[in-house]
Amino acid sequence: MIAAAYPGSAPPRSSAAVVAAIDLKGVTKTYAGRDGGSVHALGPVDLRIEPGSFVSVVGPSGCGKSTLLRLVAGLELPNEGVMQRYGTALDGPSHEVGIVFQEHVLFPWITVLENVLLPADVLALPKAISRERAMRLLEMTGLKDFAHLRPQMLSGGMKQRAAFCRAMLSDPRLLLLDEPFGALDALTREELSLELSRLWQELGRTALLITHDIEEAILLGDRVLIMSERPGTIRTDIAVDLPRPRNADTVKLPRFQEIKHQVRDIIFNRAQA
Amino acid sequence: MAASSSRLIGRAATPLIYLVLLAAWELLADTLKVPAWILPAPSAIFQAAVKWAPELIQDGWVTLRETVGGFLLAIVLSLPLAILISLNPLARKLLYPILLGLQSVPKVAVAPLVILWFGLSEWPKIVVVVLVCFFPILVNMVAGLEAVPKTMLDLMRSLGASPHMVFRRLRLPVALPHFFTGCKVAVTFAVIGAVISEFVAAQDGLGYLILISTAQSQTPLAFAAIALLTLLSIALFHGVEFIERRVVDWTP
Repeated sequence: MIAAAYPGSAPPRSSAAVVAAIDLKGVTKTYAGRDGGSVHALGPVDLRIEPGSFVSVVGPSGCGKSTLLRLVAGLELPNEGVMQRYGTALDGPSHEVGIVFQEHVLFPWITVLENVLLPADVLALPKAISRERAMRLLEMTGLKDFAHLRPQMLSGGMKQRAAFCRAMLSDPRLLLLDEPFGALDALTREELSLELSRLWQELGRTALLITHDIEEAILLGDRVLIMSERPGTIRTDIAVDLPRPRNADTVKLPRFQEIKHQVRDIIFNRAQA
Repeated sequence: MAASSSRLIGRAATPLIYLVLLAAWELLADTLKVPAWILPAPSAIFQAAVKWAPELIQDGWVTLRETVGGFLLAIVLSLPLAILISLNPLARKLLYPILLGLQSVPKVAVAPLVILWFGLSEWPKIVVVVLVCFFPILVNMVAGLEAVPKTMLDLMRSLGASPHMVFRRLRLPVALPHFFTGCKVAVTFAVIGAVISEFVAAQDGLGYLILISTAQSQTPLAFAAIALLTLLSIALFHGVEFIERRVVDWTP
């Protein structure tokens, strides 16, 4: 267990109060278009994420699911609606949130370890503890021997693992994953999503995953939210009642296939939500 | 075997073409009986270089001092301005048009005035070099500071990084390769700037040496000075490149 690495950091899952990790009510987002018009990208969206749960969001490309994540991250503000994070108004980025972007976004001018330690520098966390934690995260993700190399020496999957370590460094209560495996090949993607499932269970954090991969969404999530075409709204909320820990055999379970068909039918409009 | 010999040819190709050109020049000057005061043969230039070595070294040293001094001063002056322009939209609106206007003024035309203002020391030459170097460094540095990928900015913002932190950890490293691009352009301009100002008014420097040796029909010496200037320029360029490789040791 690597939780509560810093004094006064987030409490473990069990003691979390009933207050939602994320609570959105009637949230919409509209972007100004180039020709003076506007693009209604998202909403209205109502979304409640319980502490300690893993929520996957799937939807067609361009449905505004990345916008949803940017709003939850505090990188953008909604045009309408109320957003709360752990019971307080969500009006900007927070050190309680770790993000893994679609691209790894590692800085090429510093080593893998220094990249993982970037949040510690920005947030002025204690150096020795951060370094120890960074090395432990790198060890957990099999990157210990690569800590002192530059990111360009790493494969795509390894880079994304390093990005995960960086997101976890400040011991965030909430992990946001924006198609984290989208840029990887199919084999690496499957391997990494199982690894993420294992790590998430070990670290015990709330997670929101944005993806276009249905299997990935089901394999990782406690819930799968299906979004509509733009402007994106949440059409269906499916509970994934598959046992944990999940592994490569989980996808072979009849129940997994059942959920998968259910999700596909809703996305491709073959069933009424 | 074939691969290694073809590599050898590849490596020898550049020096070889120079040798061939020099030999052709020597041969043509000899057979066409071109007078040495119009176009001296390479051998005559070499002889002049040996004969006037002390003067060439002394004047070369003066020009090198002016060039490097002006180049370094241009860096010192342009960096804070580039940072100011990239961080402050008002500063950008106020300063950029002025600097752009200044850049459009031909420096050669200003050189006599600079000499008039700063007198006959080394300073007017350094000022001309600064004028020539300043803009390429500034423009490239500003472009570099603004060339930060949006994803990286998002990352820093998601961590709640202060503008100072974004600058130090992100903008500055991203700008470094651009800065060196500007420096490599500027250092070549710097040599030209120094020579032009020496043409206008000077008692020493390679520009001055070229001017008086041409006036006295010592054409081989003028060519030797030009050759030395060329070598100086190449050496400075590679010097900047050498430092760049030490500082920018990553591939983006």
